[in-house]
Amino acid sequence: MAYSPKVIDHYEHPRNVGSLAKDDPAVGTGVVGAPECGDVMKLQIKVDEKTGKIVDAKFKTFGCGSAIASSSLATEWVKGKTIDQAMAIKNTEIVQELSLPPVKIHCSVLAEDAIKSAIADYQKKAAAKKTEEQAVNA
Amino acid sequence: MPVKLPIYLDNNATTPVDPRVLEAMLPYFTEKFGNAASRNHHFGWEAEDAVDTARKQVADLIGADSKEIVWTSGSTESNNLAIKGAADMYKDKGKHIISAVHEHKAVLDPCKRLQREGYEVTFLSPNKDGIIYAEQVREVMREDTVLVTVMWANNEIGTVNEIEQIGKLCKDKGVIFHTDATQYVGKLPCDVEAAGVDLLSASAHKMYGPKGVGCLYVRRRRPRVRLSPILDGGGHERGMRSGTLNVPGIVGMGAAAEIAKNELADEAIRLKALRDKLEHGITSQLDHVYVNGHKDKRLPHTTNISFPYVEGESLMMAIKEIAVSSGSACTSASLEPSYVLKSLGLGDDLAHSSIRFGLGRFTTEEEIDYTIDRVVTGVRKLRELSPLYEMVLEGIDLSKIQWATH
Repeated sequence: MAYSPKVIDHYEHPRNVGSLAKDDPAVGTGVVGAPECGDVMKLQIKVDEKTGKIVDAKFKTFGCGSAIASSSLATEWVKGKTIDQAMAIKNTEIVQELSLPPVKIHCSVLAEDAIKSAIADYQKKAAAKKTEEQAVNA
Repeated sequence: MPVKLPIYLDNNATTPVDPRVLEAMLPYFTEKFGNAASRNHHFGWEAEDAVDTARKQVADLIGADSKEIVWTSGSTESNNLAIKGAADMYKDKGKHIISAVHEHKAVLDPCKRLQREGYEVTFLSPNKDGIIYAEQVREVMREDTVLVTVMWANNEIGTVNEIEQIGKLCKDKGVIFHTDATQYVGKLPCDVEAAGVDLLSASAHKMYGPKGVGCLYVRRRRPRVRLSPILDGGGHERGMRSGTLNVPGIVGMGAAAEIAKNELADEAIRLKALRDKLEHGITSQLDHVYVNGHKDKRLPHTTNISFPYVEGESLMMAIKEIAVSSGSACTSASLEPSYVLKSLGLGDDLAHSSIRFGLGRFTTEEEIDYTIDRVVTGVRKLRELSPLYEMVLEGIDLSKIQWATH
């Protein structure tokens, strides 16, 4: 199977590889997939509390070239976006951008799931923090 | 001297035609184009002579008699003819067959078809070392067992089964013994007499001959094995395989067999040294790397290595100028990871992370040095990217995590 030039570019020069401190309340972590299925993505976002914007994103992925490219692209796209804007990213947009063949569509689905999972983790932490603050103020 | 790219290390899939083989074949496309079945003119005799020479060359390589070689289109056909042909011919004697779970599909699928037609098939499972032992065959053998079909060497991991012992057991019990020797013939010494093999499949393109031609060895004495043909027609090949013979292909297989017979001893030593160098170069520089299957009872030119926390297809991409095969689902048509590796007890995750390196006659030491370097660099890069490797370094037990399988 031939890879598209964009997949190769992301594979050879993955953007935003690494990890953010997962205990930081401003960081949301999403881990999706399973080793038995051949792909696991970890995507992390860092949110600026004041502006509500995603100021940083990092990923690590175990998977094929298309899975690596999908998650690399996802980190690029979420940066600078608000939570709502990031939530609106669709896997089909990733498919289109990377020209993924049908057999690799699941990689894009996983990347979308990873974004949503990271956001959910952040929101859970933010909600817990809010409850804690209210408890302190009360 | 810089190595020439790309590098071919997938010689278990197919091998290039040796230039000496091609030279032998060429006249049989043009001036010597006769049909070997034309019994009444020069052109036919010339073709028939060439086919007879090739029959002798192949027979000599495997310790058989010329009359015992049946030409086919390749090992898939040979396996089908052997298994279906013997099962049908001896069905009044019994309908039980013994095989193994990690055989090639060209053996498994004919067996499964026979199952649907009312035969009983016992599929043996190997241990972690990948080998099928005679004792395992003995344990499941029954009064109504008519056929045992166990490959000589495995195509994915290169392990060599206990063929001589299984052959002896089958002789003692009067059971027909077929072996798919596609990966083995021409690589290590082969003697159908010593091994007690009754039926043997081989393919030209795995031993530096052309694609589209192979043979089935069919024992003629002690016992005389009979087969029901699967192709009906002009009654070529003693009625076992009708169809005009592929004379240039057969000449090529004969030439390839003769070269293999003369050179395999030296070639096996040379390739084993290079294969061992490759394995050592990789395993000494990377942690968490496993060689799959028995370390010694193995083809000299094959190694199958698992690189945990790195997915096979992405590793193939990292070493894209080196042609190898992967057990990863992503590289297979079925989207399932290798059933051969899973049969050794490897989890799906390790099966996804495995690469087969198949060295060959034209592999050089420079190519191996280059490959070691590229693989080590590639695995390190991908592990930097791997969330699994990160977790392992943090001391997390991956098997304890509840993964959301999809």
